[in-house]
Amino acid sequence: MNDSSYRIHGDTGEWEVVIGLEVHAQVTSNAKLFSGASTEFGAEPNSQVSLIDAAMPGMLPTPNKECIRQAVRTGMALGAVINKYSRFDRKNYFYADLPQGYQISQLYHPIVGEGRLEISLDEKDPEAFTKEIGIERIHIEQDAGKLMHDQHPTRSYVDLNRAGVALMEIVSRPDMASPAEAGAYVKKLRSILRYVGSCDGNMEEGSMRADVNVSVRKPGDELGTRTETKNVNSVRFVMAAIEYEARRQVEVLESGGRIVQETRLFDPDRGETRSMRSKEDAHDYRYFPDPDLLPLVLDDAFLDACQASLPELPDAKRRRYESDLGLSAYNAAVLTADAETARWFEALLAESARVQAKGEQEVARPAANWLISDLYGALNRLSKDLDESPVSPVQGAELLALVADGTISGPLAKQVFEIMLDTGDGAGKIVEDRGLKQTSDTGAIEAVIAEVLAKNPNQLEQYRGGKEALFGFFVGQTMKAMAGKANPAVVNELLKKALAG
Amino acid sequence: MTDVTDLGIAQLRDGIRLGTFSAREVADAFVVKVSKAKALNAFIVETPDHALAAAKEADAARAAGETLKPLAGVPIGMKDLFATKGFQTTAASHILEGFKPVYESTVSQRLWDAGAGMLGKLNMDQFAMGSSNETSYFGNVISPWRRGGGDNAPLAPGGSSGGSSAAIAARIVPGATGTDTGGSIRQPAAFTGISGIKPTYGRCSRWGVVAFASSLDQAGPMARSVQDCAILLENMAGFDPKDSTSLELAVPKWEASLSGSLRGKKIGIPKEYRVDGMPAEIEALWQQGVDWLKDAGAEVVEVSLPHTKYALPAYYIIAPAEASSNLARYDGVRYGLRELAEGQNLQDMYAATRAAGFGEEVKRRILIGTYVLSAGFYDAYYTQAQKVRTLIARDFENAWTYCDLLLTPTAPSAAFALGDKGDPLAMYLNDVFTVPSSLAGLPAMSVPGGLDKGGLPLGLQIIGKPLDEQGVLDAGLAIEERAGFTARPQSWW
Repeated sequence: MNDSSYRIHGDTGEWEVVIGLEVHAQVTSNAKLFSGASTEFGAEPNSQVSLIDAAMPGMLPTPNKECIRQAVRTGMALGAVINKYSRFDRKNYFYADLPQGYQISQLYHPIVGEGRLEISLDEKDPEAFTKEIGIERIHIEQDAGKLMHDQHPTRSYVDLNRAGVALMEIVSRPDMASPAEAGAYVKKLRSILRYVGSCDGNMEEGSMRADVNVSVRKPGDELGTRTETKNVNSVRFVMAAIEYEARRQVEVLESGGRIVQETRLFDPDRGETRSMRSKEDAHDYRYFPDPDLLPLVLDDAFLDACQASLPELPDAKRRRYESDLGLSAYNAAVLTADAETARWFEALLAESARVQAKGEQEVARPAANWLISDLYGALNRLSKDLDESPVSPVQGAELLALVADGTISGPLAKQVFEIMLDTGDGAGKIVEDRGLKQTSDTGAIEAVIAEVLAKNPNQLEQYRGGKEALFGFFVGQTMKAMAGKANPAVVNELLKKALAG
Repeated sequence: MTDVTDLGIAQLRDGIRLGTFSAREVADAFVVKVSKAKALNAFIVETPDHALAAAKEADAARAAGETLKPLAGVPIGMKDLFATKGFQTTAASHILEGFKPVYESTVSQRLWDAGAGMLGKLNMDQFAMGSSNETSYFGNVISPWRRGGGDNAPLAPGGSSGGSSAAIAARIVPGATGTDTGGSIRQPAAFTGISGIKPTYGRCSRWGVVAFASSLDQAGPMARSVQDCAILLENMAGFDPKDSTSLELAVPKWEASLSGSLRGKKIGIPKEYRVDGMPAEIEALWQQGVDWLKDAGAEVVEVSLPHTKYALPAYYIIAPAEASSNLARYDGVRYGLRELAEGQNLQDMYAATRAAGFGEEVKRRILIGTYVLSAGFYDAYYTQAQKVRTLIARDFENAWTYCDLLLTPTAPSAAFALGDKGDPLAMYLNDVFTVPSSLAGLPAMSVPGGLDKGGLPLGLQIIGKPLDEQGVLDAGLAIEERAGFTARPQSWW
């Protein structure tokens, strides 16, 4: 299904939804955008606040080069124009979590201009339904602190640990037309940020959040009035907020009302958005160039170094997995969807190729299949992430090598893997200690087959009567009798002979 | 016996080095003078222990035969705009009353590192906004000067560095720091018969200086001689990585290179500075300055700075715009004054704190600044003012093709009586000659030229090319050598 056909079915007919996202991504850096204070998550309140962050009199901001570098690399990964000249502006408003009384941002001259991002609407077949979403700009700005209203019956407390932390605001064009497209956009963007290493993408920790702009219109009509739902902090909530907001707008319009341009909040408990403030009492931010900071001027050497530092990005990697490694489109998509998986897979691949003395393309498919079905299955069961896997890529490669050289059968490998998860032992040791080595001893296998045939005269008669599907039954019985240790290829060959009589 | 408080920075430094007197004697003498001069209201806080500690260190170093630091044992005054660790820093405002920073401004730290000691925090116009010192929350500074003929009306010491100028003229400090946004070093220097230089924007770090208008604020020294200014400036200036607008340049040896000979130099006289209603005495002093500089070997040419008349309006848009934003941090949340009645919310607290904490002039400029930055007015005011600023800078650049330095009066009048300029616009007009060079970020200095017929000092301003503090100081010295300005106020305090 091409998702752009998403429609709200109202009483007066069908409505299209128009969506634009402003994603705030916390820049991965040890220090804040304009001060040396730490950015680590979860520290004691107000333990990571410099004199600058607290806006003490006479304090001045100085830009952190790492934050600039990360924004530039992010722009490059999105194929965007990098502006060699950019500037910081002050956005003025009063709030207790904003010590300076202004946020340093970039309104007039952002560091990154237009770019694009391709989303895929079918995970199983990533090339089938794709859509390009325009990126309007990326600018760098300071985060605010946090107010805590639940610490005291009548007072609010302020935690400035986040105040001054660097954010990238990544502004999309209003190119999305369904909750699914918006969800795919956020996922893809998060994937790219993680590949680049410019943002950890942890939405639950608040290091990535989205302002969701939604409007509705009858197909072919002019753009409708939009609302902006602030600070939505998961892919699921982004989709839910759009779904709710689009339906709400259709209901308002169909009942003769009009949409007010306003800022709304998403309530995840109720799955609904509600009004925060309308345009009438919107702030006048009085933006002007920050006189404490010189314009940012980037030279070619810096830009070249940024470009050279970019890793292979998910789309390129996925295509290479398909064309060079011969993986299925689905497997390639799963393995490249996030940087951590791809790193794990590539470590497994390199080690497999090394221990088996084969090319990567020869070992890629079994490695991919094992990772996606066996390892992911186990991790799911254990509720663990890949980075917490009890089995390392080197251990996985050892197991795959034992299968590849016929030491153990596929079914036996599954058993060995379970023991590896339980004990942490290597596959070779487990096979050795427990005598699980596969046998190709034809004499022993023939003896067992003879026994199996003797025990199952009815099935034998049916098979010989033409019910060849029973072959699998005989394989199973034989393998079972040999505790899984028989070489399946040898079993197949000998069984065929014996069954033929 | 010499009264050490009659001596300037160079003489004190040399005397301490030579052992003519001890640093302790110097510190003691000034501490006594400061404590007896309360009628001037030049200090918000006196810090005798700081000065005495520096003196002790200097005397100990000398006794141990060590090489003395450049300002070892020299006591100075510190404008209350500079954050001083452990000493109240208020910018002469109520909103920062009682605020003791846990940090030291870069400029004051450099002076302490050079061996200087602090006699106290000098009074000033609140947040450096004013030209008369009347906007201080702690009461206005009174100039030590009085008009002759039995007129005892208290006079303005100029502003905003009025505590600095009054204290130096009264010889209760030998030198002091000032800051200059649109003339706040030069105009008070002119009003009190002393010298003061605003260096090129970016020479002195703004880190730890309470901000008024960031793109204009610049620290500089004030003292009774050009040489003293050079010495102090050498120990204030220098690159500071904590200030992005700080210039990454070595500090020249201004004192060692000082020369009152101006052979080969061309001095420009900007014709647009001949404003209507300028007192004849100022006109005459300006001509006198021309003659002095010719006598020093310079060639004098007339030049044009065609956009001069737009400088003051542009300044009074840009400076308040920046101030309205810079002063947003004084909100009662983290430090300083907090006004919060039971049951009030955050907005109430902001309003009450800022209403009580800021003076009238500060509020006026916050309102002007907020207005010119607001949606719908931004382009008409702020953007336009920035264009004017560019044109003014270009005027100067063009002038430099014809001359090396400019000579102008510092202010359009001598010191006025306190309370004389109730109309803010009349007060703003006092900055007419100093503001253009501030907008262009140029080094500029005021030196005393003579007295008006009422016996009050008048100053001459020298404006230089970017980074040419040396040229400015040299021309200042040439005037100083010829003006022979020895007048001093008679003590009534």
